[in-house]
Amino acid sequence: MALPVPLRFALRELRGGLRGFAIFLLCLAFGVTAIAAVGTVRTSIMTGLADQGSAILGGDAQLEFTYRFASDQEQRWMFDQSNRVSEIADFRSMAVVSNDGVSERALTQVKAVDDLYPLVGTVTLSPDMTLSDALEGDNLPGGVMERILADRLGLEVGDTFNLGLQSFQLSALLVSAPDAAGDGFGLGPRTIVRLDDLISAGLLGQGSLFTTKYRLDLPQDIDLDELEAQADIDLAGSGLRWQDARNGAPGIQSFVDRLAAFLILVGLSGLAVGGIGVSSAVNTYMTQKTSVIATLKTLGASRRIIFQTYFIQIGILTILGLTIGLLLGATVPLVLAPLLQARLPIPSEFGLYPQPIAEAALYGLLSALIFTIWPLARAENVRPSALYRDAFGKSPLLPRARYLIIIAILLAALVAVAATFADNLWLTGWMAVGIFGAMALLFVTSLGIKALARWIKRRPFLRGRTGTRLALGAIGGPKSEASSVMLSLGLGLTVLAAVGQIDGTLRTAISGNLPDVAPSYFFVDIQKDQLAPFKDRLSTDPAVTRVDSAPMLRGIISKINGSPAKDVAGDHWVLNGDRGVSYAGAMPENTTITDGKWWNADYTGPPQISFAAEEALEMGLNIGDVLTLNILGRDIEGEITSFREVDFSTAGIGFILTMNENALINSPHTHIATVYADEAAEATILRDLAGMFPNITAIRVRDAIDRVAGLLGSLAAATSYGASATILTGFLVLIGAAAAGEGARVYEAAILKTLGASKWRILASFIARTALLGLAAALIALALGCLAGWAVATRVFETEFTVIWSSALTIVLGGVVATVVTGVWFAWRPLGVKPARILRAQD
Amino acid sequence: MSEAMILSNVGLSLNGNAGMIDILHDIDVSVAMSETLGLVGPSGSGKSSLLMIMGGLEQATTGSVQVLGQDITNMDEDALARFRLSNMGVVFQSFHLLPTMTALENVAVPLELAGKSDAFDLAREALTLVGLSARVDHYPNQLSGGEQQRVALARATAPRPKILLADEPTGNLDQTNGQAIIDLLFGLRDEFKSTLIMVTHANDLAQRCDRQIQLVDGAIAQGGPL
Repeated sequence: MALPVPLRFALRELRGGLRGFAIFLLCLAFGVTAIAAVGTVRTSIMTGLADQGSAILGGDAQLEFTYRFASDQEQRWMFDQSNRVSEIADFRSMAVVSNDGVSERALTQVKAVDDLYPLVGTVTLSPDMTLSDALEGDNLPGGVMERILADRLGLEVGDTFNLGLQSFQLSALLVSAPDAAGDGFGLGPRTIVRLDDLISAGLLGQGSLFTTKYRLDLPQDIDLDELEAQADIDLAGSGLRWQDARNGAPGIQSFVDRLAAFLILVGLSGLAVGGIGVSSAVNTYMTQKTSVIATLKTLGASRRIIFQTYFIQIGILTILGLTIGLLLGATVPLVLAPLLQARLPIPSEFGLYPQPIAEAALYGLLSALIFTIWPLARAENVRPSALYRDAFGKSPLLPRARYLIIIAILLAALVAVAATFADNLWLTGWMAVGIFGAMALLFVTSLGIKALARWIKRRPFLRGRTGTRLALGAIGGPKSEASSVMLSLGLGLTVLAAVGQIDGTLRTAISGNLPDVAPSYFFVDIQKDQLAPFKDRLSTDPAVTRVDSAPMLRGIISKINGSPAKDVAGDHWVLNGDRGVSYAGAMPENTTITDGKWWNADYTGPPQISFAAEEALEMGLNIGDVLTLNILGRDIEGEITSFREVDFSTAGIGFILTMNENALINSPHTHIATVYADEAAEATILRDLAGMFPNITAIRVRDAIDRVAGLLGSLAAATSYGASATILTGFLVLIGAAAAGEGARVYEAAILKTLGASKWRILASFIARTALLGLAAALIALALGCLAGWAVATRVFETEFTVIWSSALTIVLGGVVATVVTGVWFAWRPLGVKPARILRAQD
Repeated sequence: MSEAMILSNVGLSLNGNAGMIDILHDIDVSVAMSETLGLVGPSGSGKSSLLMIMGGLEQATTGSVQVLGQDITNMDEDALARFRLSNMGVVFQSFHLLPTMTALENVAVPLELAGKSDAFDLAREALTLVGLSARVDHYPNQLSGGEQQRVALARATAPRPKILLADEPTGNLDQTNGQAIIDLLFGLRDEFKSTLIMVTHANDLAQRCDRQIQLVDGAIAQGGPL
C-alpha cells in the first residue's frame, strides 16, 4: 500500500538530514530528561516508602498517644488484635555530660524503647552489637546516640551521660534505625535508651511533653482499613493517632511528593525555555524551506498537504527528541542510584517506572506541539509568488485562527495535566501565570529594545560610529536575535532569580531579623512547683530582659459543632496532629482581641475558648462555635467566645487556642517559658537552670533556626538544581540563536572589513550587541525574580521582602557573561573570513 | 479557436517597504487554445508578474482572470492549487527543484498530488522524453544547470497540462543549453498541444512564438488582445 502523499514528501525531505536540528533535539531531550528523572526519583522513593512501610513505621500499625501511656483498656485492645505490641516513648530532652565539674548540654530527641524494639528491621550500631546488648549496659543502663551528638558532647563509647536524673553509659554509636525516616523532623539528634531505665529519670512526669507509640505486629492478611475503623469505634475519644504500613511516613511521603511536584513544575519552565529553542529551530527550518513550499504549491499542493508534510517531519524529530529524553531520564537515575541511595535518608527502590516516563512524555509532547504549530502553520501561508518575489512573499506573523485555537487548547491541556499530576491547582496556576507572564513581558521588552535600537541608530551622535550603529542595527533589524535571546535567557534567569530572591528573603526573615525580637531559649516541661524558683533565678539576672511563661497542654481538635473537624475545616494545618493549648484567667498583657469578649478573670462556667483570629478565618470558625478538644484522652467541649491576634513571626509564645483557667487547671500539665537574654549570658543561664531543674528541656532558638535554615537551604539547593536545568536549556537556545545568526555576522564582518574596519572593532561591535541583550534580559529577569520573591514573601509567608543583592548581581553578571561568551564564540569564524570569498559568493 | 485565457482590465499593486507599488495596470489579454505567446519587455516591466497572475500564483488587485473558461480571480489558494494541478505546468528561470528529492521524485510530485498510481512510471517516461533517463536517481545538486531545467520541464509537462507557463526558462543557462531547452519546450508543447506562455527578454526566442506582447512600465505597449 502506498504511503500517503504528505508522509512520502516528509520522508524525502528528511533525507536532507538533521542539520540545524541539534538545538531542537537538545532542548526537547534535555527538558524531558529533567522531568523524567525527577519523576523517576520520586517514584523510586515512593516505592521504597511503600515497600518498606512496616520497617519505616516500626510495625504493621501504630497507635500514638500524646502526653500519656495507653490505658489498660487500650493496651488490652492492642494485644487482642496483635501477635506482639512494642511500646516506645518519644520526647525531647537535654543530654548532659559532666567533666571535672564543667557540664556540657545538648538537645536530643530521646526514643525510650522496650525489649521488642524494633519489631521490624534492625538497628545498626558502631561498634557492631545488638541493640539489646547495647541497652543492657554495664554498671549503668546503656544508651546509644548519633555520632553528631556524641561529638558535640565530647563523648566516647564507654563514657557516661545523663538524661534528667538518670545516668547512662554510651554503649555504642547509632548508625541507623529502621524507623528513622518515619520519625520526621526533630530539633535534636537521636538517643535510644530503655524505657524501664527512664522511670527514675523524672522526664516522663505528668504533663511532660512526650508521646507514646505502640507498634503492632499484626497477623498476616489482616484488613488494615477494617482494623482502623474498629479502633475508631472501640477506642473512641482516646485521642489516638492511627498510622499503618500502607503509609509508614506520611510526612515524608507528602514532602517528597510536593517537592517533586514543585521540581517538575520548575522543569516545565525548562521545557518552556526549550520550547523557544524548538520554535526558533522550526522557524529557521521553515524559512529555509520557503522556496520548496512555494514550489510545491506551484505544483498543486494544498495548504493542508504543506502543513501535514512539515508536521510529519517535525513530528518525527519530536519523537526522536522525546525518545532520547525519556531514555536519559529513565536511565540517569538508575546509573546514579548507588550515589543517590547513599545520600538519601529514606528508603528508595530505583528501577524503570512507566508512570513518570509517561508523564514526562506527555509534557514533552504537549510542549513540542505548542511551540511547533505556530511556525508550521505560518508556513502553509507561504505564497507561490515567494519563488520570484522575496520582498513580497513573506507570510504573515500570525497563523490562521484555527491554529491559534489549537495552541490555546494545548496550552490549557498542559496546565490541566500539570495541575493534575502536581495535585495542586493553586501552585500550578501561579506557576503558569508566572511563566506565561514572564514570556509575554520578555517578548514585549524585546520588541521595545528593537524599537529603541532602531531609534538610537538614527541619532546624529552615532554618525561615524559604524560599529555601534551596526550593533544597534543588528538588534533592531529584521533578522534580529533579540526576541529569542531575551526569551530563552530571560526566562532561565527569571527562574534562577526567583529562587535566589525567595530563598534569600526567607533566610533573612527567619535568621536575620529574629535576634532582635526572638527569645534566646524556649524551656519546656517546667513543673508547676518549679515555675516560681525558675522565675526567681532569672528575675535577678541583669542579662535577662524578659521572661514569659504559660501553662501548656497538648490537644487535638476532634470536632467542630459536633461534626468531625476535618469535615468542617478541611485539611487545615491546625487540625493536623496535636496543638499546644494554654489557659489563662485574666487577659494576658499585649493581647489584642479582634472579635468577641475575653472571659472574666474569675470565670468558672462552662469552658470558653479564645482562638487565633487568622486561623479561625481560614478554618471558617465563628464566635459561638463549639470545639471538642481531646486532651490526655479526655474530650473537653468549649465555646469560642473571642478571637485574638497571634503573631508567630517573633518566635515568642503564641497559642492557637487558649481556654479559661478553670477549664484546664486541674488537668496534668507543665509550663513553657521563653527567656530573652544577652547572647553572651545564654550559656550561663542554661547551665544554672539545667543544674537546678534537670528535667527541664531547653531549646536554643538560634539552634532551632539553624536547623530550619538548613532544611530551607536543602530545599533551595534542590530547586536551584531544577532551575539550573532551565538556565542550561536557555543557554542551549542562546547557542542556537547565535549559530543561526552566524551567517549574517559573516556577511557583516566581510563588508566591514572591506570598508576598513579592524578585527577588534568588529569584535567590539559583536560584543556590544550581545552584552546589551544579555543585560536587558538579566534586568527583566531580576525584576520578575524580585516580583516573585516579593509575592511569596508578603503573600505566602507574610514577611518583609528584602532584595538579595548578591543573588541579583550574580543574575546580571550571569546574563551578560552568558551572552558575551556565546557571542564571542560565534564571532570567531566571522572574524576570520576572507571578505572576497564571502562577497563574491553573495553575487 | 476557443480561448485558453482571458484577462480583463487586470492590475497589480503590492505593498512594499516604501508604500504601494503599481506593478501592472489596465492589462487586457486573450490567449487562444494551443497558441504560443511570448511576453517581452525590459526588466521590471511586469512580465513575470503577469505570468504569475495567469498561473494563479499571484492575485490580481483589479480586473478578472479567466482560464479555460473558469474565473480564477477570486479563487482561494487551495482551489487554485487544485486548478493548476489539473491544468497548468510552470517552468522557472531558477528551476526550483526540490533539493531533497531525486530527479524522478521531483517529476513525480505533481502526479502523486493528482493521485496517479503510476506516478513514477509516468515520471520516468517524462524524463526519457527530455533525455535524462540515465539521471533519474540523481539529486538536483548532482545535475548541471541545463539538466536541472530539463527535469523542471519534465515535471511541468508530465501531467500533460493544457497550459504551460515558462518564466525566462533559459535565463540561467548558457547559449547551447538554452537553445536545447527551448527546442525541448517547443517540442513538448507541439507533442501535447498545450498553450504556451513564455516570459523572455530574448527577441529571437519571442519570435518563435505565434504572438508577442510587449510590456513597458506595467502596461501593454504592443500586442494586446488577440
